[in-house]
Amino acid sequence: MGEPSGTEAESPPEPAHGPAYDPTPGPAEAPAPAPSAPAPAPPDGAVIATRALTKRYRGGQPAVDSLDLTVPAGSVFGFLGPNGSGKTTTIRMLMGLIAPTSGTAHVLGRSMPRAARTVLPRVGALIEGPAAYGFLSGRDNLLRYDAADPTADPRTRRHRVAAALDRVGLAAAAGKRAGAYSLGMKQRLGLAAALLRPRSLLVLDEPTNGLDPQGMREIRSLVRELAADGTTVFLSSHLLDEIEHVCTHAAVMARGRLLAQGAVADLAAGMRGRLVVTTPDPGDAARVLKERGAGDVAVDGDRVTAQPPDGDLAELNAALVTDGVRVRGFAVERASLEDAFVALTGEGFDVAG
Amino acid sequence: MSRADTPDAAERPGAQRDPAPVTAGAGAPAGRRLPPSLGLFRSELLITFRRGRTLVLLGVLAAVPVLVGIAVRIETGGGPSRGPGGGPGGPAFLAQVSNNGLFLVFTALAVTLPFFLPMAVGVVAGDALAGESAAGTLRYLLVAPAGRTRLLLTKYATVTVFCLAATLVVAVSALAVGALLFPLGDLVTISGTRIGYGEGLLRALLIALVVAASLTGIAALGLFVSTLTGSGIAAMAATVGLLITVQILDQIPQLHAIHPYLFTHHWMSFADLMREPVYWDALVRNLGLQALYAAVFGSAAWARFAAKDITA
Repeated sequence: MGEPSGTEAESPPEPAHGPAYDPTPGPAEAPAPAPSAPAPAPPDGAVIATRALTKRYRGGQPAVDSLDLTVPAGSVFGFLGPNGSGKTTTIRMLMGLIAPTSGTAHVLGRSMPRAARTVLPRVGALIEGPAAYGFLSGRDNLLRYDAADPTADPRTRRHRVAAALDRVGLAAAAGKRAGAYSLGMKQRLGLAAALLRPRSLLVLDEPTNGLDPQGMREIRSLVRELAADGTTVFLSSHLLDEIEHVCTHAAVMARGRLLAQGAVADLAAGMRGRLVVTTPDPGDAARVLKERGAGDVAVDGDRVTAQPPDGDLAELNAALVTDGVRVRGFAVERASLEDAFVALTGEGFDVAG
Repeated sequence: MSRADTPDAAERPGAQRDPAPVTAGAGAPAGRRLPPSLGLFRSELLITFRRGRTLVLLGVLAAVPVLVGIAVRIETGGGPSRGPGGGPGGPAFLAQVSNNGLFLVFTALAVTLPFFLPMAVGVVAGDALAGESAAGTLRYLLVAPAGRTRLLLTKYATVTVFCLAATLVVAVSALAVGALLFPLGDLVTISGTRIGYGEGLLRALLIALVVAASLTGIAALGLFVSTLTGSGIAAMAATVGLLITVQILDQIPQLHAIHPYLFTHHWMSFADLMREPVYWDALVRNLGLQALYAAVFGSAAWARFAAKDITA
């Protein structure tokens, strides 16, 4: 998806021809840019692949409309969209909880919901917040969820439950009633349930909801750890910042439609950065920038921002100085995922935190 | 299993790298079948019988024989009362309780069967799926994946166990109270013959089993209602409401044409086990009717649940 700009908002991106991905995710802080000549993703490489997936609730508008989503193996995939954009409906279809109205969904190479029994043991999921039996301890909750999986070995059950609790930092509270857990602890318990067994795919819907900053950091580093082990992580979040920090790939949804998908670096790179000039002479600076072909010039106090014109920016800086503009700062700010998101959806985003 | 496929191995060579195991003893590879285990059923029993509500229900059921026993004891002053044969007006076997404590078992079951026992079953059955749905735990059981048919069968088996447990709580409580407050010994059947105490105990156990089986119809009905709604309270109220409606319909003589099809109609036939020889007609009709209800509403529950969109 080389052009995640608003112009193609109505046509879903071509399926299965996303940019090539690196199966071993690089450091998530700075995802490596995709190679310039993207090769088509091999069909077997897609952990999640949907074709024209549509869900229409009784009589209403489609909640999900002709979704073609491709999640490459080994990626940390961010699933973005405003509330009500169809993210959760999509996740529920992928997990076999609701049946699509039309279209297909393949998870781990097999059709859902038909293959739920063979696919789901390899998938850990946190869907729309955690849920627990309040009168059971955290440990007993996990024992029950594990017992529900007919392919989980009962002989190792206690051991795996203890390991999962330990992994999310709940070991000390394992014997406490889950009803007395804080929201953050419940969230951790839900994550532990997703980690009861080695998984090929983790589907995490808003995993850092209700966590304090320290908890968020722990969960993010846990996600990176799991990804480094080769687990594909499908992460829905309304925190763009989180997606940018953790994810290698992302997709953006709005009103049931997929607006763009691809490597995070590509999505942001499609946006041109903005030129920022800091100066005590903003009026003169704006005039010079316009003369030199910069577009969309805006003045805000001593900051003048603009779309950089073609040509060498060093020449532009020299021109400013030659015209007597005193320049304190001269820089191009890299476009963020948020800029890309706003350009795609044409609307603001609930950027909490 | 409408959403299942063939249980071949999910691993496709080269399709996926297996992630490093979370723990050393991670168990069988995902997707491979282990021998069928009763883990989910055991877990289901555990959450049913550890729930405070269940314990309160069982406590109320255990208290009924205590109340009846004390009332009879106060009324008769401990002395032997009228002879065999159900006294007019009172519940079945009430008149014989002061002669033989074992009759308190039969009386207590006769008192609780029309309402208390089926209400308790209706609460547990109605909550079985709707309660999980309301708590959000249903989606996690299904992605575990519990399997919809397997989960439904486990739920029904658990509710059936609860039917038996609730009946036995009443029977055992009555047996204990009867032994404490009244004399024990040989007893006289409805037909007027005498049977030994041991034989009497055996009949009591048999009656408890028949009473428990009488509740399997409403158990299936409650489970079906439970698949229709996402609210545990609504499902419980609807099930108990249906029970009351059916009990009222059964009392209206003008509706005698439908009476044989009401699941409560033959409930009191368990008393026929106290005849000599046992009179089986109504007993068999009762059990057949319960099986029919279980089959019809069990299928309806399955049809509904297997295709249901789980949005809670």
